[in-house]
Amino acid sequence: MTIAIGANGQSGALLRRVEALSGQRLAQCYQCGTCAAGCPFATAMDVLPDRLIRHLLFDMPGVLEREAFWVCVGCELCAQRCPRGIDVPRVMEALRLIALRTRGDQLPVAQITAVALENLPPIALVASLRRQTG
Amino acid sequence: MQLAYYPGCTIKVSAREHERAALAILRELGIALREMPEWNCCGVVHTLTGENLIRQMAPLRVLARLRQQGEREAVTLCDMCFNTLARANHLARTQPDQVSALNATSGGGLDYDGAGEVLHLLHLLRDRVGLAAIRKRVRRPLRDLVVYPYYGCKLLRPTGIGLDDPEMPTLLRDLMESLGATVVEGSLQTQCCGAYLAVDRAGLVTERVGATVEQARDAGAGAIVLSCPLCHFNFATLQPHAGAPLPVLYYTQAIGLAFGLDPAELGLDDRQMEALGRAVPSQALHDLAHARGGSA
Repeated sequence: MTIAIGANGQSGALLRRVEALSGQRLAQCYQCGTCAAGCPFATAMDVLPDRLIRHLLFDMPGVLEREAFWVCVGCELCAQRCPRGIDVPRVMEALRLIALRTRGDQLPVAQITAVALENLPPIALVASLRRQTG
Repeated sequence: MQLAYYPGCTIKVSAREHERAALAILRELGIALREMPEWNCCGVVHTLTGENLIRQMAPLRVLARLRQQGEREAVTLCDMCFNTLARANHLARTQPDQVSALNATSGGGLDYDGAGEVLHLLHLLRDRVGLAAIRKRVRRPLRDLVVYPYYGCKLLRPTGIGLDDPEMPTLLRDLMESLGATVVEGSLQTQCCGAYLAVDRAGLVTERVGATVEQARDAGAGAIVLSCPLCHFNFATLQPHAGAPLPVLYYTQAIGLAFGLDPAELGLDDRQMEALGRAVPSQALHDLAHARGGSA
């Protein structure tokens, strides 16, 4: 059986960019799944954090189209627990940054209703804008 | 004791009751907070990539202003402000070249020497005032009030910034026990409530808050006690409930009640006090709910 890697034909360009932005070495990951096991939002992720790292390492297509890194709020439970010292929220932030710079804003700001703007705490709005708009 | 105070935006908008309660209990403990004459939004979330330096400008400006105002320490009540400011401070100390780079873009207005300190109010209460002094000031012990302390993320993580053990914190438990309350605990105390997902994925927040409230109820809790204004919003407004929601209190309000302060001064209205009264069958809290302005 052959495993095709480098499926993007970019020879790991996204991986290198993510590593440069996040300061993390993803080859450190031994796929134990501790990050996914503890993540409070794992059920809402279309790909679990450990698999996302694997997709990056194998240069699998479609990584930037995933939802997982938008669902991650950076609560840092996984960073606290990773036995390999990988700061997964930094990896997620790097993916958000690359997606924002190449694909534009994620948060449909114009669709936030006046009522929501009135009621939401400023910290919710500012945090959401900082993480989901570029 | 007088200390500089950095409120942050949410404390002045949707968490004013937390500020009122904090100022009231500090007054009782002989501490005055002086609001910084000039401050700006802290930026709320610490930027996690190196190539986004502009996002450090907001928190670094707060720290630079603090020093320009001749202060060394600033107290904050907000967990997100605390976390973001403390991490920017760490950056300023470990990578001063980053501050210099930002400063160069601002005509020297961001000259910051890294000598500021950001204190969470819980630091102040635990490490300066001390729980023994708080216990001594209690006039109406919260007997029969069973509370589930909720920590969330930003009080505890990352290690080196957080106030307590990230996996097994005791800070809020110790504080609540010093007020005479009974504490119940569970595994979801340190798990994120969904934070800013309230903006565009509120269903996920409701799911997390619901699971946490269920754990608290199953353990016998009559109220949730927490610190973060964003957690408070999520638990108070996005809590799923068939019947009455589980009351949510800031720890400052719990302290104020135990000190015998007027609930109105703690930002607790009649509706909230009635909900709390229902959660506590004892006469003590019933009396408390009706102690309008009464000094014990």
